[in-house]
Amino acid sequence: MTITFDDLLPLLPLLIVTATSVIVMLMIGIRRSYITSSAITITGLLAATLVAVSMMDWTNQQITPLLIIDQYSLLFTVIVCASAMLIAILSYPYFFQLDDHKEEFFLLLTIATIGAVVMVSSNHFISTVLGLETLSMSLYGMVAYPLHSKNSAKYPLEASVKYLVLSAVASAFILFGMALVYAQTGTLSFASVTALPGTSLGDGYTVVALLMIVSGMAFKLSLAPFHMWTPDVYEGSPLPATTYLATVGKAAMFVVLLRFFEISEALSFDSLVTVLTLLAAVSMLAGNLLALLQDNLKRILAYSSIAHMGYLLLALIAARSTTGTLAVEAVTFYLIAYVIMSLGAFGVASVISSSEKEFDSIKEYRGLFWRNPWLASVFIAMLLSLAGIPLTIGFIGKFYIFLSGVEAGLWMLLFVLVLGSGIGLYYYLRIVYRMLMPEKHNISYRQGGMESLSSYAALAILLFLLLLFGVYPAPIMSIVSAASSFI
Amino acid sequence: MILVALITILFLGGVLAWLSEGLSPKAPRVVALIAVVIDLLVMFALLGADTGDSNWIVQLNALWIPRFGISFHLAADGLSVLMMVLTAFLGIVAIGAAWDEITDRAGFFYFNLLWTLAGVIGVFTALDLFLFFFFWEVMLIPMYFIIAIWGHENKNYAAMKFFIFTQVTGMLMLISILVLAYFHYVQFGWFSFDYFDLLNVSTSGAIQMWVMLGFFVAFSTKLPSFPFHSWLPDAHSQAPTAGSVILAGVLLKTGAYGLIRFAVPLFPEASMQFAPIAMTLAVISILYCAKVAFAQTDIKRLIAYTSVSHMGFVMLGIYAWNEQALQGAVMTMLAHGLSAAALFMLAGGLQHRIHTRDMDHMGGFWAKVPRLSFVALFFSIAALGMPGLGNFVGEFLALLGAFKANITLTVAAAFGLIFASVYSLWVIQKVFHGVYRNSDFDDSHLDDLSRREMFYYGAMMIGLIWMGMYPQSFLDLSSATLINLIDETGQVFYAVGQ
Repeated sequence: MTITFDDLLPLLPLLIVTATSVIVMLMIGIRRSYITSSAITITGLLAATLVAVSMMDWTNQQITPLLIIDQYSLLFTVIVCASAMLIAILSYPYFFQLDDHKEEFFLLLTIATIGAVVMVSSNHFISTVLGLETLSMSLYGMVAYPLHSKNSAKYPLEASVKYLVLSAVASAFILFGMALVYAQTGTLSFASVTALPGTSLGDGYTVVALLMIVSGMAFKLSLAPFHMWTPDVYEGSPLPATTYLATVGKAAMFVVLLRFFEISEALSFDSLVTVLTLLAAVSMLAGNLLALLQDNLKRILAYSSIAHMGYLLLALIAARSTTGTLAVEAVTFYLIAYVIMSLGAFGVASVISSSEKEFDSIKEYRGLFWRNPWLASVFIAMLLSLAGIPLTIGFIGKFYIFLSGVEAGLWMLLFVLVLGSGIGLYYYLRIVYRMLMPEKHNISYRQGGMESLSSYAALAILLFLLLLFGVYPAPIMSIVSAASSFI
Repeated sequence: MILVALITILFLGGVLAWLSEGLSPKAPRVVALIAVVIDLLVMFALLGADTGDSNWIVQLNALWIPRFGISFHLAADGLSVLMMVLTAFLGIVAIGAAWDEITDRAGFFYFNLLWTLAGVIGVFTALDLFLFFFFWEVMLIPMYFIIAIWGHENKNYAAMKFFIFTQVTGMLMLISILVLAYFHYVQFGWFSFDYFDLLNVSTSGAIQMWVMLGFFVAFSTKLPSFPFHSWLPDAHSQAPTAGSVILAGVLLKTGAYGLIRFAVPLFPEASMQFAPIAMTLAVISILYCAKVAFAQTDIKRLIAYTSVSHMGFVMLGIYAWNEQALQGAVMTMLAHGLSAAALFMLAGGLQHRIHTRDMDHMGGFWAKVPRLSFVALFFSIAALGMPGLGNFVGEFLALLGAFKANITLTVAAAFGLIFASVYSLWVIQKVFHGVYRNSDFDDSHLDDLSRREMFYYGAMMIGLIWMGMYPQSFLDLSSATLINLIDETGQVFYAVGQ
């Protein structure tokens, strides 16, 4: 099979990201310059984002059996590349004073982005595994990045090894599930699963294969009870790596899960739906309840992300019985909302932190509102959005999830969602309240020099999007709904 | 457009007030006052407007989120206008209460105050249920900030409790709204959140009851009614005076308004079946909270419990669902808005002067601050339902209407009037009569009411006397709306009642 130029054109965003990583690598070889490598990375990711945006209207093509480039994958290519770009912007001041080679972080970041772009475009087991492993391998490096720094704030090695070992086990589960599918059907595309029940081994065999794949993916998404690694890895990693893991990593994985379920018709198996329902309910409750006990911002956000993955799973389960694309839209919209608000929340923390000193105890945010109203306003908006309060995108996202849940009649899960969100309010408000308390003078945040200006701009963009989509969601809704029809 | 202007003025006024803090620490309060006064004047223009043949004085309907048939639908009828005028009036009073009390970060305070008011006006005018829910939640956040930043000793707990109670029950309402919208989708083929569209949705039996309960829980938490009232004493006692004024005077009324406008008309059968339970809850609120009020030593908590008790009459009137009862409920909302706001201001004023809310430390204030004591006496007897003042008209009408619906419960509720006399007079006797002693507090700032304060209290007194002496001017405004609501649901009620 030959690949023609016409085939390459839709791959342009992927090729741009790949080229960016190659250029960054070569630049490091020629002359180390922190600002040059970061500038190349940011420019490359921006170019990929813009190209993907411009392609959205007319591209719908299967490139080799491995990759599908349609509106949906391009929408998420945009989200992945834009998020990666924002994270690159935020990590520039963060690593500014690291007493070690700093440039390779951007190399890892772009390679991870290649993986994520492949994942969101994949409808084949091979490309899923390739994308997933590219992403994960780079993340191990990103998590452990400040390893040789004498002043490193956290325990990057511990976090990285923990993530490496457990993630490898999860990948093994996924691969085993895929192998079971392959053993019976002889193909590796997502669609092959639909042929499984007809084979000699039938339904039970299919469910086992699906459960293998689902449990591996649940680990990557940190759905309870596969969530144990999440708080530790979040806490131990440098903030930009945490942000990347929490936003791009989760979003790419969920898109794969969504596409896999829709193409393979996995939701037609009742036993699998039961398992998913349990996963969702336990995630919503465990995530929110465990977050109550934490004083560390990164751990709180880690547990909150577990709960948010539970909300998303609710909408995914609803896809089984809703008419049209409502549930897919709900998942898509909530993923976008989740990425924006997580980027913002972690972004605020990275703006005041550096690789030497991370401000991740909520005590250290005391009085932030009076010291730096702008930063605190962004943070409050992000937290309220995570809690699903109106005027923010988080509310519209919750609205979508509630609506798909109502339409599918998932009353038990909806009740758990209300309960979980209620509990969730407590720890979000706890952080908000800290920021509103009278300030204490003995906390010295990283002084924002010129290098932080771009971070502030990134936060401003995120806040703008958060409020725009929260107050006037019609345009983004039509994009999401158009894209969702391709799933 | 005029309704959008009402809301926008408050939103922009809030932002301007915050920004104006840079000029002078005293600028925000002036900006805020100007914004609310302009709002009030615009509302008076609405009062005089010709309604034509429909009940709706003004309407505005613009597409907002077409994907789900959500529109930006605002409208005002007599009931909404009454509630809006109350909101703006108490907004001015609240600014007056905060005038000297809030000196710390005043800009942000007035920003929050005005945004709360804007949210409340939105609630009173929204006729799209999504929009209604939107405003319903929007008014929470600034109120949370008001309690959490400028509150008293236990503010974090109180603010958190307030927020979680209203938000969680709000989510139950959201589910109900979505179920209703989904039924509309099933029955008519397209999504709609519009009030008039959703009135046509037919639901039945158990489902209607569950959906109605979603609304009821949210509204009766806000009202509040037993057993969802426990957030209120904390929120009220910890909030700064202006916050208590807005909470008691305006925010509680959104719950009652929601019951009248949405919960009963959307689900007439279920409401009819549920009415005896709701009325029983109302009676429990009236009697139980009156008793609890009597046991308080914290003067703000005491007033908070009396609020719950008085709001019980509103709920009683609403679920009796006849003209007198509803008129009574609306009158009680207005009169209680004024009297409770005034009492909270008095309690807040006392706390500001002597830094305690503990009544065990007070006594004999009449000799020291006669004007304040007189004002307190006036509003206490107003609250206990003295004929000639607004509260009497409201509670009397509510009981009169309820008597037609359920005699036993009405008789029980009437005892609330006696309890109200007991605790009101008890407060007067304890705080203002007896021997003055200043052993427990520093009385160097115990000054009598200033002219500015007298002006606010005077305005509220005039309001209450007007309501008591010539209630017809208020009843006329709301009657068309209420009769219309009763007509629409009347046949159902009649059918179920047989």
